[in-house]
Formats: sequence, C-alpha cells, structure tokens
Amino acid sequence: MKSFTYERANSPAEAAAAAARTPRAKFIAGGTNLLDLMKLEIETPSHLIDVNRLALDKIEPTSEGGLRLGALVRNTELATDERVRRDYGLLSRALLAGASGQLRNKATTAGNLLQRTRCPYFYDTNQPCNKRQPGSGCSAIGGFSRQHAVIGASEACIATHPSDMAVAMCALDAVVETVRPDGATRNIPIAEFHRLPGDTPEIETTLASGELITAVTLPKPVGGKQIYRKVRDRASYAFALVSVAAIVQRDGSGRVALGGVAHKPWRVEAAEADLPRGAKAVTAKLLADARPTRENAFKLTLAERTLAAVLTEARG
Amino acid sequence: MKFDTPATTNPIDQLRVIGQPVNRIDGPRKTTGTATYAYEWHDAAPNPAYGYIVGSAIAKGRINAIDLAAAKAAPGVLAIVTAENAGKLEKGSLNTAKLLGGPDIQHYHQAVAVVVAETFEQARAAAQLVRVDYASAQGAFDLAKLTDSAKPEKITGGPADTKVGDFAAAFAAAPVQLDATYTTPDEAHAMMEPHASMAAWDGDKLTLWTSNQMIAWNVADIAKTLAIPKEKVRLISPYIGGGFGGKLFPRADALLAALGARAAGRPVKVALQRPLMFNNTTHRPATIQRIRIGASKDGKITAIGHESWSGDLPGGQPDGAVSQTRLLYAGADRMTTTRLAVLDLPEANAMRAPGEATGMMALEIAIDEMAEKLGIDPVELRILNDTQVDPEKPERSFSQRRLIECLRTGAERFGWSKRSAAPGRVRDGRWLVGTGVAAAFRNNMLTKSAARVRLDSSGIVTVETDMTDIGTGSYTIIAQTAAEMMGVPIDKVVVRLGDSNFPVSAGSGGQWGGNNSTAGVYAACIKLREAVAQKLGFNSAEAAFADGQVKSGNRSVPLAEAAGDGELAAEDVIEYGDLAKKYQQSTFGAHFVEVGVDTATAEIRVRRMLAVCAAGRILNPKTARSQVIGAMTMGVGAALMEELVIDKRHGFFVNHDLAGYEVPVHADIPHQDVIFLDETDPMSSPMKAKGIAELGICGVAAAVANAIYNASGVRVRDYPITLDKLLDRLPEVG
Amino acid sequence: MDDMRSPGDFKFSRRDLLIVGAASLTAPAVAVTTEPFVAKAEVVLKPAVPGAPVMSKVSFNVNGKTRVLEVDTRTTLLDALRENLHFTGTKKGCDHGQCGACTVIVGGRRINACLTLAVMHEGESVTTIEGLGTPDNMHPMQAAFVKHDGYQCGYCTPGQICSAVAVLEEIKAGIPSHVSADLTAAPQFSAAELRERMSGNICRCAAYSNIVDAVTEVAGSKA
Repeated sequence: MKSFTYERANSPAEAAAAAARTPRAKFIAGGTNLLDLMKLEIETPSHLIDVNRLALDKIEPTSEGGLRLGALVRNTELATDERVRRDYGLLSRALLAGASGQLRNKATTAGNLLQRTRCPYFYDTNQPCNKRQPGSGCSAIGGFSRQHAVIGASEACIATHPSDMAVAMCALDAVVETVRPDGATRNIPIAEFHRLPGDTPEIETTLASGELITAVTLPKPVGGKQIYRKVRDRASYAFALVSVAAIVQRDGSGRVALGGVAHKPWRVEAAEADLPRGAKAVTAKLLADARPTRENAFKLTLAERTLAAVLTEARG
Repeated sequence: MKFDTPATTNPIDQLRVIGQPVNRIDGPRKTTGTATYAYEWHDAAPNPAYGYIVGSAIAKGRINAIDLAAAKAAPGVLAIVTAENAGKLEKGSLNTAKLLGGPDIQHYHQAVAVVVAETFEQARAAAQLVRVDYASAQGAFDLAKLTDSAKPEKITGGPADTKVGDFAAAFAAAPVQLDATYTTPDEAHAMMEPHASMAAWDGDKLTLWTSNQMIAWNVADIAKTLAIPKEKVRLISPYIGGGFGGKLFPRADALLAALGARAAGRPVKVALQRPLMFNNTTHRPATIQRIRIGASKDGKITAIGHESWSGDLPGGQPDGAVSQTRLLYAGADRMTTTRLAVLDLPEANAMRAPGEATGMMALEIAIDEMAEKLGIDPVELRILNDTQVDPEKPERSFSQRRLIECLRTGAERFGWSKRSAAPGRVRDGRWLVGTGVAAAFRNNMLTKSAARVRLDSSGIVTVETDMTDIGTGSYTIIAQTAAEMMGVPIDKVVVRLGDSNFPVSAGSGGQWGGNNSTAGVYAACIKLREAVAQKLGFNSAEAAFADGQVKSGNRSVPLAEAAGDGELAAEDVIEYGDLAKKYQQSTFGAHFVEVGVDTATAEIRVRRMLAVCAAGRILNPKTARSQVIGAMTMGVGAALMEELVIDKRHGFFVNHDLAGYEVPVHADIPHQDVIFLDETDPMSSPMKAKGIAELGICGVAAAVANAIYNASGVRVRDYPITLDKLLDRLPEVG
Repeated sequence: MDDMRSPGDFKFSRRDLLIVGAASLTAPAVAVTTEPFVAKAEVVLKPAVPGAPVMSKVSFNVNGKTRVLEVDTRTTLLDALRENLHFTGTKKGCDHGQCGACTVIVGGRRINACLTLAVMHEGESVTTIEGLGTPDNMHPMQAAFVKHDGYQCGYCTPGQICSAVAVLEEIKAGIPSHVSADLTAAPQFSAAELRERMSGNICRCAAYSNIVDAVTEVAGSKA
C-alpha cells in the first residue's frame, strides 16, 4: 500500500471539491473493496477522503412515492429497512445474498455500486490486465474464465461485475444521484451507470472524476413477486456464478436482470415482453449475443434454468 | 521403552481420565485470544522489524537482475535479503524446492526477496519497489499431457508398483467389469493461520517462534539450510493455527525471518501474505487414476487394478493414491502402479491423509459403480469383499479390522435401508435427494516419541515434549495420559509442548501424533512411577497411583511427598519393534452422506453426514470427534468446491486467495454425527490407540459423489463436482 | 485517557516523520468543526517526502479503555490492535476480508478489522475477544465454545466468538438474513439462520457443527 494523506470530509460538496483539488484522490466509505485493492497496489490513491461522516446515511421517502437511499447507508441497514423489505424485497434479498454479515455492516450503498471485478487476473499484479494496466492485455481470455462474462465483453476484458445489490437495483429502475466538484448534481439511471468494457475496461462507470454518489433513488414500488436467486458453488460468502433478479406481476409480465454474466448488471427490456412465454424465450433474447468461453458456457444454461425456477416460484 | 509385544493390561485401561470427553485444557486460552501464535510474541522479542516477501512473477526461468535501489531507499527499510546477498544456503532435506529462489526460479511465487522495515506498512510498500528482471523459460504444467513420460516412483510406505497373480487375465475373464478414470485436482491446505515466524539472533544462536507441526525436523532443516549446527537453533511453536501437512517442513517465512533478522541485526517477523501462500507453499497434487475392477456375478472381486499419475517438481514425490487399494478389498489378482511426471508447478507434498485421501476419492466411486453394475447394495458389496488379511501378503493379518461393523452400524443409524437404489427418484421440494456411502481407510503409523515428566512438591505433574498441537487436541490427551498414569486429576497436570528444548516427539502428521506422543508420555510416566515408588519405599510393580495417592496394601502416601525434598523427573522414549511388520495396522470407517441437488440449478448441498470409525482406543471422544467432523468437512470441500485452478500457459494456481479458492463455510455443513466403535488395538502401543484425524477425510468425498449420483443419476468422475458438470444432464425445469 | 500501552507504541516517535496535527483529526464525530475543513487538511496532511509514511493521531476505545495512537494512515484497525496495542487475540487470517478471523465489534456491529483503517475509527468503541472475557472469567459464549469443542487450532476462534455474540444481537434487532423465509417477519433463531449468518467466519479445522451447538446453547439460555 502506497502512502496516502487522509482527510475526513464534512459535506458532500466539500468532499467532491477535495477530490477535484487533489490528484489521485479517492473517496473511502466502507473500504471493504478499496483497502483490499490498495494492499495489493491495484489501487494507489495518494489521498483518501473519508466520507463516512457525511450525513448521507438516511433512507427517506421521495415525493414520487419512492425511497431515497443515502449513499452511506450500510448494506445491513438497507436490507433491514422495513420499507425496503416490504416494497423492494428484491433489493433486500440481493443485499443479504452478498458477502458476509461483517462486510455488509461496513459496505455502503455507493461503495457496493463501485466495487470492482473479482477476476483473479485483475487481482494478480504479475499478470497482464487491461483493467488494471490499460494496454497490457487480458489474461482471462484464454485463461481461467469460469466466472467471467458471457455477454457484452470485449477483446480487452471479459470481467464481470460482482455486485448483487446492483442487479436488483437494475431491475428496480433505480437512479444514482451524484454531486460533482463544481457542485452540480445529476441523476444517472442505473442502467447507464455501469459501462461495458469496450476498449477501456479500466473505466467502469459513467462517473466523472471527483463525482460523488450521494444517493440512490428507487421509484415508487411496483409490487409483484420479487425474487432474487443467486447461484454459487458454496452455499454462502461467495460471488454469483449467475444470479437472477425478477419482478413478476400477476399477469405474467415483469422485469428480469441477470448478475454474474456481464461487466454490468444485465437487463434487456425487450426480452421482458416474453416473460409470459417462459424462461427459454426470455433468455433467448436476453442472451442472444452471448459469446461464452468453453469454461463458462454453462452460464447460458444455468441462467435459463434459474430463470425458469424463479418464474415457477413466482407463479406458485 | 521398547514396545515389541502386544500390550497387556496397564494403568491406561483404568479409563478414569483417558477415554473421557474432557474439555481441551488449552480451551480457555484459545477462546479468549490469549494463546500466543507465532507472530504474536511481543514480550519475547520486543521491537521486532517486519519482513515482507516478494514472490516470483514467473513459474520457471531465471532472474537476470534484481534492482533493489528504490526499495532500499524507501522509508523505514532496514535490509533486503535475496539469494544474491544471503550468503551460501543449503537446500533443506525435506523440501523439494528452495525456500529462497534465485537466480533459478523453480515455481511461481517462490520467494525471491524479503524486505525488512520498521513497520509492516513500510515493508509491504517497499516490497512493491523491488524490480526483478526475469528470463522466463518454458515449463510443463499439464499433467494430462505427461502421463506417457511419467516414471515409476515409490510412495510412502511402499514401492511404486505391486502385483499379485495375473491381473490382466483375471480382469479379462471377469463377467462384470469396470474400467474408469477419475481425476482429483490440486488442493490447498488453506489453514487459517498463515505460515508465520519470528526470528531473533543472540550471537550465533537463532530462536524461531514459528508455526510448525514437526519441531525436530524443522530444527534440522533450518540448521542445514543456514549451515549452522542444530544446537544453535531453538524452535518454539506451542500454538499452531492449523497445518494439515502444510506446516510439516520449514517454509519461506522461517528462513527469511532468520535471514532478515541477521541482516537487520534485530528480531524480524514474517507472515506469508495470504495471496502468496497458495503458490509459495506446498499443495496436495492432482491425480489421474484409472481403476479396473473385475468381479463374479455374485459380487466377489476377482481382479482389482489401480494406476495413479501425479506430478511434482524435479526430485519430488508422487501422491500415494493407490495405497488403500493394496489393502482394502479382497481379490486374488491385483496390481497397482504409481507414475510421477515432472511438472513446474509449485511443490506438491503432504496434505491430510496424503495418498488415501485422493485414492479413496476414486476407489470408492468405483466400488459404487461396480455395485450398480452388479445390482448389489453398495454397503453389501463392500462387506462381501472384506478381507481380514493383507491381500498382497495373506500371511499378515490386520491387527484389528472392523470395517464390516462400521458399515453395518452406519447403515442402521443412517436409515440406509430406506434408500432408493435407483437414482433420481427422491424429491423434496426443489431438491433431488440422494444418499451415498463409502468406506474409510487410513493406515496407522508408528514412530518413536519421547517425553519428560516432572513431579513437584505440590503434586503438580509437568509434561514436556516437543509434540505439537495443531488443533488435534494433543495438549489434552497428553494431560489425560499423565493424569491417568500418575493418578492425579487433570488439573494437576501441566503440559508444555512445541519447544525444541523438550524431548523429541513424533510430532503432528499422518495421524500418528495422538497414539505415539501419548505412548511416549506413558513411557516417561512408567519411569516416573518407578522413581516415585522407590522414593516412597514401594515396590513399583505393586504400587497403585490414584486420587493423588500412591497405595499398596494398607499403605497410602500422597504422591507429592515423593517430591518433598526435590523435584522428581523422568524421561523416556517409546520405540517400536516389529509388530507393525507382523500385523497390518490400519484404521477403518464408513461414511454416509445425504445430499440435495437443486432440480434447476444443480447446486449441491449436503443435508446429513454420519461417520462410523474403528480406530483403536479413542483417547478423548470429544476432541477425536472434532477431528473427524473437521475431516468430513474437508472431504465435502474436496467433493464440491476445492480446486487450485492451473493457468496452463503460465504455470500457476490462479485462484490464489480465500475468495478464489473456496473452502466450506458454515452454511455448507449440516449437523454431523460420528460414532466410534468401542475398540482397543494392543498391537499399536501401550495406549492401544491409533490415528483418527485423517481417517475422517478418507472416503467422504466419494460418499458425497455417490450421493449426488443417487440423487440425480449423473455420475461425475472429475472432482470437484460443481454444478456445471451436472447441469446438462438434469431433466428440464418445469 | 489512558496512556499508550507499552513503550513499543512509541517507536514511530524516533523516526523523522511529519506528525499530523491533532486538532483536525482527533475530534470525535459529534464535535467535527464546521469551519472549512479543507484548508486545515492541506496544512497538516502533506508527507515530508514522497512515499514517506503519513502519521496520524487517532483515539478510540478498546474494551472500555481509551487508547491514543499515532499511526501510519495505512495501518488497518487490525494491525493497530495487534501490532501497536498488542491485542493479539484478533487474528490475521487473510488480510482481505475473505476469512473473518479478524472479526471485532465496533459500535455494536461486527466488522472485519482488516478492511478498515485505524484512522477511520476516531472516537469509536471497539470490542475484541479480550474484551469479552478472560480465561478465569469467560463470557458465556467463550465457555460454550469450550464445552462444545467449537474450535480446534483456535486461530479462527476469536473471530467466530465475536461474530457469534454479534449474530445473536442481530437476530434480536430484527436484521433478516439470506435464509429468512419471510422478509417482513422478525427473524427467529435457528440452526439454518446461524449457519448462514456465521458463514463469514471460515474454520478450516471445521468445528462448524460444534460451533452451532455452542451458539445454540447460548441463544437458548438468553431466551
């Protein structure tokens, strides 16, 4: 870990301004991924802006009937909130499927969105990785790729996004609220928040330099059966091989997002029209352009079968 | 004490303390965080500097140059040791690869430097500034491609190949045949405490506080590596955060702490960083195993053949996967072969039940497959082919062999008779449910072990031996042994372990620690009893030791009086004659497992587990049970998730941390039942005990595999059995 | 406030390092100044030379006593406890949040001490295994682990125990888990709940079955 200076910020605007002023600064909230990566010098900030004491840890109703989730709400608090459990069960379920109790007690809403891939080559600094060191190459292509993306990947990177929470938020049409160093705020639909790797896998979100997430807003509840199904080898404390976030209405319509298959939560709204026709029809469209490796081709079957089970459960 | 005739009645048979489910005497320290592990000796070596290891970025080749300038200039750096400036180092006799690489590199993450700095943070940061220029060479990393060039190599306890009768002819003639190939992957010990050492020099004397299973081996190898006399090396290792065979030999932490401390001129501590451990240290090697079994239609095995291939670095050793096949089942015509390929992966070496653990993973699926072919219940098939003699040397009988009783007891307790023999028939909600069985088998090894026992004037009995407790319960069973022998309550016994100043014990490995180390304590206690009897004027043959008193006839004297005018001490060693040659000594068991396979996702979850063990006298049913459930869990890991994945292009284990290398967590493991058959083995030692800690892992994975087959109808022969290997063969969801 | 625990903790003071001014960094959360923070930070947060450690003063409460430390900003809470304060009961198993051996309770919640910086805990309260009980006066959870042999090598044990103590509180507080059947109902203690909630604490010796027995006994006696 490289040396860094440290400050504790008092307001979102102040934090964003500090980030703009300090080259190679990073915000730190829960720290559960950032410190992990700093120890390996995959992240090397020269300045940390501790945002933990910004007053962004509230969950509040919005005037549209939704919920505004502060950026610093811990994953445990978010999953436990009665309104979330009642109206956005999908989100609560996704959070509880992720990490461990200890990590959920630290990890924040914003930090969860910003966690980086778990690709083992990204983590091994001896190995080429375009995400870690742009232009060095992708070791996962032709290497161990069982966990990697089956769709939306590129010649530069086949990493997946590891978040469960983000997959649920994607299905819930969440919106990410930010503040920029100049004080300007904006709202980013979750579907546009994470990027596909393309030629620049090191750029993972549409956040600008120094832009700070202040909240995530959930639209008013959409009801329906909400199911988050995470599939993994180990029964707990493991990243998803595939996860399915589904909201299914009485009439069979609904929404589906997949985790573990791409560089971002994977949702294709056009595929959702086929929900009443069953999992095969949906995944045929959802994963139409899939280009799996030999090692992860099973994810296509797994996604379809998992969705089928989820739809059965939703109907039952 | 020489143990060369079968044990008769002795004080251990009283079972006042031995055989009781005594709580661990080290428990209060371990549960309150006051047990001191290797990196934690703040009082013994104050103000240590911190070492951080740099691992090789290539698997094979040479270091052209190391540029230390930036690292040396980094804040807080006190010293940097590399092969270039370390002085002459021998290779220890126990390791295959050198602990400090350079200029030649033998494997990925082989240590190439240790950076010593004032603080951990500084050492870690400076280690990143070490610039190494490598010339990478082509290596061999794919065992499957090397089976033809692999060479015969002997295994622990036996030759590479064995042959009885004419296997080929008998197999060809058998009406029912199985010819199947199984693979097991490389596995990591993944003990919770990383390898760690603290080193301090006092002139030419080295003290190492380290985490190590075998004190005397390590003293010898550290001395050899540093080219200093053994007498100059002191090892202290009273608490070890898990080993499983991964801490049998010195590792880079010990050597580089010693070298770092010498270079920095002050105590240095080094812990292997977790992401380095998987490639830097040893692992259980992958195997390819071909098993052929021929049987008559009524299920009698007539021919059994087991061939195994594994790989290791040049000069390394093979996995002994065929070991149990030489002994477990009858069959007149038989053969085993062991082939070793040269690989440039990290060093392969012992991991919990080396040999049988992998061998049983394959053999016990093969038996299940045979049972199905024969239409015979898999429990019955095993019983049908039991043998009471060594099938390769029928003149040798087993000292004890109660495999049949293990299987029968387990079947009854588990409700085996309710099982559907046809696979894929039982449904519980979203789960396909199945049960599986496997035999458990692991040899019992005898090795000499010494101890010193002292009695003080307050009646406290102190045992000193360099035996280690790696979680096995050594502290407690040794205390129980001394308490039983000297006739005192266990709280009057103090046990001091893991110090090279103490008499040399069996150490912890190969499930030999429990029986041998307590037998050594028994021997020392016999001597101490004689000294006490003499001191108090008793005939030692007649004196009884009980309730803190020494008694004979009407006379009873407090034990403590024997030390009234000065401590009494006795030291002895248990040594073995040829009973193990005359009798085959093994431990036996049966594993029963129920699994659920998700109908949609093929996720596999273990629902019930039972092990029945026959392993001689159980010295402490509480700690022995813990050993078995731990081994069962490691077996579940081997069955379902554990695999060091090789990048065959670059020659390293890719998933080299605890997020990538998954081991079972709480949620993977149901309640586990263990039954011990009431047994004593007079051939094993005066304790009449045998090993138990490794028996528990042997066969578990196959029982899981067989249960998966029974649940789903999908037979997987390549471990780990992950959902992707089942998915395409499950029925449609709906 | 207590003094630092041993002379060893002063080792940094011998070194030629820039010491961060206390004013801006040691104030407890409730008293954070409303003045522009940044200007002050700029004054105090420049390292003397590139790469040199940045030292910072931090004080937090450990097991009921306030500790004042001067640490490298890079020092994790785990290393501050183990190396600076000599609370070695908290273990380093992986240093990357993958094993749970470093579990401590901060502000009533269990966390991985390896993935948080010491300087981020100004004014907070930390409970380590040493704070729960001693060999002569064990916490009920510690005693239950001994009784049920809920450990073998002992290395993951402090983390398991801290986690178990916190888990019972989490269930009491109504925090649901992955295996809670009904999200809207209050979670109930069960073996399945316990196994899921304890899954962030790996035990390679695998005392899992015994740990469940130990925690269940404590949960029962609490009810």
